[in-house]
Amino acid sequence: MSGFTNIQTTAVPLPMEDIDTDQIIPARFLKSTSKLGFGENLFRDWRYNAAHEKIDGFILNNETYKGEILVAGRNFGCGSSREHAAWAIGDYGFKVVISSFFADIFKNNALNNGILPITVDQEVLHRIFTAIEENPKTTFDVSLTHQTLTVEGGKIHITFDIDPFKKECLINGMDTIDYLISKRAVIEKFQQQHIVY
Amino acid sequence: MSTTLFDKIWNKHIVEQIDAKQIILYIDKHFIHEVTSPQAFDGLRQRNVKVFNTSRTVGTADHNVPTKNQHLPIQDPLSKKQVNQLSENCKEFGVELFDLHHPNQGIVHVIGPELGMTRPGMTIVCGDSHTSTHGAFGSIAFGIGTSEVEQVLASQCVLQVKPKQMRIKINGQLQRGVSAKDLILYVIAKLGVGGATGHFVEYAGEAIESLSMEGRMTVCNMSIEMGARGGLIAPDQTTFNYLKDKVQPEGIRFDESLTQWKKLTTDESAIFDIEYEFDAADIAPMVTYGTNPGMGIKINEAIPSTSESSNASVDKSLNYMGFNKGKILEGMPIDYVFIGSCTNARIEDLREVAQYIKGKQKAENVEVFVVPGSQLVAKQAKKEGLDKILASAGFELRQAGCSACLGMNEDKIPAGKYCVSTSNRNFEGRQGPGARTILASPLTAAAAAIAGKIVDVRKELN
Ligand code: SF4
Repeated sequence: MSGFTNIQTTAVPLPMEDIDTDQIIPARFLKSTSKLGFGENLFRDWRYNAAHEKIDGFILNNETYKGEILVAGRNFGCGSSREHAAWAIGDYGFKVVISSFFADIFKNNALNNGILPITVDQEVLHRIFTAIEENPKTTFDVSLTHQTLTVEGGKIHITFDIDPFKKECLINGMDTIDYLISKRAVIEKFQQQHIVY
Repeated sequence: MSTTLFDKIWNKHIVEQIDAKQIILYIDKHFIHEVTSPQAFDGLRQRNVKVFNTSRTVGTADHNVPTKNQHLPIQDPLSKKQVNQLSENCKEFGVELFDLHHPNQGIVHVIGPELGMTRPGMTIVCGDSHTSTHGAFGSIAFGIGTSEVEQVLASQCVLQVKPKQMRIKINGQLQRGVSAKDLILYVIAKLGVGGATGHFVEYAGEAIESLSMEGRMTVCNMSIEMGARGGLIAPDQTTFNYLKDKVQPEGIRFDESLTQWKKLTTDESAIFDIEYEFDAADIAPMVTYGTNPGMGIKINEAIPSTSESSNASVDKSLNYMGFNKGKILEGMPIDYVFIGSCTNARIEDLREVAQYIKGKQKAENVEVFVVPGSQLVAKQAKKEGLDKILASAGFELRQAGCSACLGMNEDKIPAGKYCVSTSNRNFEGRQGPGARTILASPLTAAAAAIAGKIVDVRKELN
């Protein structure tokens, strides 16, 4: 995993609430045994109809909206624990997801795959949607180092929270699995005196 | 200091505190299935590491398996590949597996408890959000993503931040015809789909204490549907009775375990981040009308005309379901009834359904299928003659698996059709593209199958 660098980009708005992982990637596309290629089926049933034709009204089919940021309504990523949802979002090309509220497992899965979930107030989220609506070319600056999100040169400027350990992992592209493997001796010791009744 | 049941278990499993928030949490039992594990095993191969402790992981195939003709090869090549991959991975890494032809095979959250692998005081994870089911035994059980599955395989631990804690008390007793499923659908409707995000929920109160283990599993199972990391219930005599004849870990006597388990309670003065109390008498048979489990109403209530969610989200949802605000679902004809899933496919659920339909016939306009949660449930159902009761009522009894709970295997509900389902999710397309799911209890589902429409089962019981 490569490290997360600060980005400047435009954003794609998806102002629906409670978007669940079955919408992000429907179950029938979970049969792959690799992590690649899920982007093709991101929001599959919102993007394509049963005849596999693009559905006109859907935002990802609208050339006007592009960028490495997805902005979504409250409670994004609820439902299943499928990491395929994070893989699909990353594979499609998103590096950041902004919402006023993320489901726990999704948030963790995103972070474990180099995707930055940014939680903002409901009111800020609203302003972001309005800004994109007014101008689809609105630029967003994300600095993970400073934990800031700046919209259109300062129109909106906020700082966001992130767990320090996760931040370090993201910036250095550090892998939590390697980290735990390095702790095997300590775990071994714990395991020896731990009884499961 | 006063501690909660959750704290007691959590503290016993902390291997190391990394920073102010993150800890390394030791995992006692890790369940895996074919969908969320292949990439984790791949990761181990790439890193050239072995499974840290093979005795603490067990696998089963459930999501992709057909529920008819399980003795034949799986038809769908991709499903077949994924199921085979699980077998190969378990073999290569030395992990115990209950594959499709094993007598213990079944839905991962059904087999853990029935095999005695789920016990009080444990930490349990699985790459599946409904791992919360196992909390019914007084354990900390939660769903994880595939990266975390790899963490557990590689180190028997996960990195965690301690969640906040919530307690939900249900006082009094449930009415006749109202079950654990109605209880949890009611709670989710009250709190909303994000209502418990960031929290672990302890369920308490008389109504919870009166539930069987199966009922408690149904409640804990759906904790995730209000965003909770998991749910748990303090172990008591009901729990101990359930576990009495189950297999004990090697070298530990049942009475030794019992002594430890009895300590697993929340102290009188322990403080929760948030508490809710509900009156069991207010709970009625519930049905959902929308595309998330929080969109639930009492059977005789109308679809609300106002909502906390934005209009666009509600309109999209009602449009998908083909409903209007103000509509009452009672009396509405339906097309399918699905009785199954890790929420309601245990032996008790099948018994309840069989008892209700005995001597009755399903309505002609409805297709009904019942999918046991495991091979053991199927075997027990047969032993008790439930298979015959189901057959003579026109209910099709299939073989164990996740089935129409998610549109991943062969069992799907056709687009536009209404299905009363005992599963846990009514998301758009969850039971197949365009399928319209109405979540309900097994009793309500059975009553709908007989009547051919949605009915208030309380009236049918009189
Ligand atoms: S029965 Fe449904 S919810 Fe349960 S594990 Fe299977 S797919 Fe998931």
